Amino acid sequence: MEPKFKISHFFIHGDPLILGADVSIGIATVMIIFVLTYFKKWKWLWKEWLTTVDHKKIGIMYVIAALLMLFRGGVDALLMRTQLALPNLKVLLSEHYNEIFTTHGTIMILFMAMPLIFAMMNIVIPLQIGARDVAYPFLNAISFWLFFFGAMLLNLSFVIGGSPNAGWVGYPPLSELQFNPGPGENFYVLAIQISGIGSLATGINFLVTILKMRTKGMRLMDMPLFTWSVLATSILIIAAFPVITVTMLLLFLDRFAGAHFFTMTHGGDPMMYINLFWIWGHPEVYIVILPAFGIFSEVTSVFSKKVTFGYTSMVVSMMLISFYAYFTWVHHFFTMGAGAGVNTFFAVSTMIIAIPTGVKVFNWLLTMYQGRIRLTEPMLWTIAFIPCFAIGGATGVMLSIAPADYQYHNSYFLIAHFHQVLIGGTVFGMFAGLTYWWPKMFGFKLNETLGRWAFWLWNIGFYACFMPQYALGFMGMTRRIYTYGWDMGWAPLNLISSIGAVIMGIAFLFQVWEIAYSVKYGERDTTGDPWDGHTLEWSLPSPAPKYNFAVLPEVHGRDAWWKTKEAKERGDYEEKKQELEPIHYPKNSGIPFILSVFFFIAGFGFTFEWVWMGALGLLGVAICLIVRSFQYDTDYYISVDEIKETEAALRGEV
Amino acid sequence: MENIVSHHTDHHEEHEAHESIKIDGFWLFLVSDVLLFGALFATFIVLRTHYAEGPTSQDLFDVKEFTIETFVLLTSSFTSGLATLEMNKGHVKSLITWLIVTALLGATFVGFEIHEFSGMVSEGYKMSTSAFLSGFFTLVGTHGCHVSLGLIWMIGLIIQVARRGFTPVTERKLSIISLYWHFLDAVWIFIFTVVYLIGVM
Ligand code: HEM
Ligand SMILES: [Cu+2]
Repeated sequence: MEPKFKISHFFIHGDPLILGADVSIGIATVMIIFVLTYFKKWKWLWKEWLTTVDHKKIGIMYVIAALLMLFRGGVDALLMRTQLALPNLKVLLSEHYNEIFTTHGTIMILFMAMPLIFAMMNIVIPLQIGARDVAYPFLNAISFWLFFFGAMLLNLSFVIGGSPNAGWVGYPPLSELQFNPGPGENFYVLAIQISGIGSLATGINFLVTILKMRTKGMRLMDMPLFTWSVLATSILIIAAFPVITVTMLLLFLDRFAGAHFFTMTHGGDPMMYINLFWIWGHPEVYIVILPAFGIFSEVTSVFSKKVTFGYTSMVVSMMLISFYAYFTWVHHFFTMGAGAGVNTFFAVSTMIIAIPTGVKVFNWLLTMYQGRIRLTEPMLWTIAFIPCFAIGGATGVMLSIAPADYQYHNSYFLIAHFHQVLIGGTVFGMFAGLTYWWPKMFGFKLNETLGRWAFWLWNIGFYACFMPQYALGFMGMTRRIYTYGWDMGWAPLNLISSIGAVIMGIAFLFQVWEIAYSVKYGERDTTGDPWDGHTLEWSLPSPAPKYNFAVLPEVHGRDAWWKTKEAKERGDYEEKKQELEPIHYPKNSGIPFILSVFFFIAGFGFTFEWVWMGALGLLGVAICLIVRSFQYDTDYYISVDEIKETEAALRGEV
Repeated sequence: MENIVSHHTDHHEEHEAHESIKIDGFWLFLVSDVLLFGALFATFIVLRTHYAEGPTSQDLFDVKEFTIETFVLLTSSFTSGLATLEMNKGHVKSLITWLIVTALLGATFVGFEIHEFSGMVSEGYKMSTSAFLSGFFTLVGTHGCHVSLGLIWMIGLIIQVARRGFTPVTERKLSIISLYWHFLDAVWIFIFTVVYLIGVM
């Protein structure tokens, strides 16, 4: 086939922003290479990080990547808000504006929210259930690198070839070849495809981990609520991600092979795409909120020094939410005109979801009620989440009233709704989780004062940015417009909204400062249990050794670590002296990284429809898999001596 | 070193537990693959009468060909079952024989499919002809890709078993591929019914 794209499509000319990005990416790359070479860190990077299969390190890499993506997505957001701050501005032109809101949405959902959740899952789950690693450590590394190179592929589009511009939902016919002949939408499709395989594998990995690797004595109903939330999320991932894989495949075939799934001619049906997209998309919004729910449950319980109120109803609500999440997708396009019957069904199913969510909110409140509350940073994020989510849920229910949604749909009211639940829910939740488990990850606490600055700025910025958008929605401002006139009367509220966005940007800088400051001056965690925690991860030194538990604990009932501590205090705790045994441990491997590089090459090749390059990449992937299949020497034993040494060094005792 | 030897039996159990957990994961993968095919079926069913200017399913499908094709694949599922039986009995040689038979039948199936597809394309009926054909090629082709990948995998496994005989690892791998193979068979039954039988009716 004659390639559709030539080298001349490669570099985008004539835009100072992109030129600036080109230059800064170039400089950053040179600097990274220089630093690594100068300090002779290449080998360290490869041995300690790029080839690791340790869930804790993989978790940390997810955190770093996600925060970088939060920065990139945040810059997109600020560019958009600058353009909209006043009428008739020309900061971004329409085409550029379209690209920015598309990459903003895609990055924030898939390359910021998802990896932050995977980060929390990786860092916490094995420690919380008393396991030495996840079920499939090697696969876990593959998941991370696929996510990473998927994200890189999408980010590359900004400087090479041009970004996608059909929205994060990529609706046809706009995303079809006819209206989008450049490589941009291919970037979108292939980046989602590559990282999606990784996400699916993560779902399978953690479901098996939670079901099969719990330590002795931990029954399902003894599991910490964060573990339960990850169980629910993993089920949703397994149920939803195959659908987005198919959706993206079909869109790609339309664009690449001239198929007619979603085109306007030859019998194609664009609505089919929209249905498929949201069959994945709605569960996806719950995939990113449920782990946040889990974190809030942990945090409220620990910082109120109480057991979670209504544990069973918490579990049941999460399972109900993940079940119903699969039956509400049509609320994203009531305006399709599927008929009163269909719309009624999906309106009611959407409203039903609000019930288990409400149950959870009351449980958190009742957990705090009469508790000895400590207002630490994780607790602050949790408390801020509750009113925020209440408003988000309420506006969600407003949107779910199908006839009314004809008015709200695709207006700024909708934009305000989902930012309220995504920022106030997912992002605040992840901040709570990050600050809560930070000492476990790195062995030091984050600075509370700077954390509070960040907290208040985020909250003020958030309300200033998004409350006006509800009103703008009512005033008729629709989403995805790149400018407006003075005559619309939208200027004052938009200006406030943009100021709010800037405040959130400043809040982010405070967090960067908070981290940088705490690396040097943060309070060191010498006990492994800085918050007086309830669950098993706090029984380990911070950071935990690579095998996590020298001896696997045996637990009875919930909040195992809290009970142990109480027993110790009462003096009726008998330490069972258990013999150390050599620990079976997976070897590091370079294959996940190399395999993902080949996926990246394949993705890049198909983006530019250079079939030879795509085929080459896929061949590389196949070779990696075959090589792995023929490897039998994949594990080793950590000797008792090594365990003794490590434990003595960490705990200061033998 | 001493420790390792004294704990030998434990390690063996640990290893088996490790292998069985991989089979659990594979079941979950199959669940996700069911959903993948589910989405493809749904799309095909929505588009199956969208012939546009192109041929209809009656024009295209050759009853004899797709019946033989089905028969070949079903037989391969049967022979893969026989291979599993030989594994349980501990017969490496006959296991390998049955796996080779299975792979050959699988290759024949793929051959039929390529023949069918290339016949259609040479008459000018391509993915770009109509939504119906897009759905057809994609659904049936995805299944064909699964079978082809399974073939490569099976060949790799035959080599591994020939070299190493039965170990917990090779046995686990053999159980997984037979699961996979039966699963592809089940999917084909649905393709046979929904695409071909209903198509020519
Ligand atoms: C739990 C966290 C939630 C998240 C992360 C979330 C996320 C989203 C997102 C991203 C959209 C926008 C889709 C688009 O691009 O058009 C959306 C729309 C919608 N949400 Fe939510 N939502 C959540 C909770 C809720 C709740 C609790 C309800 C109702 C009870 C709800 C009802 C709706 C409805 C009806 C729409 C469609 C509005 C329209 O397109 O006009 N959401 N939500
Ligand atoms: Cu939804």
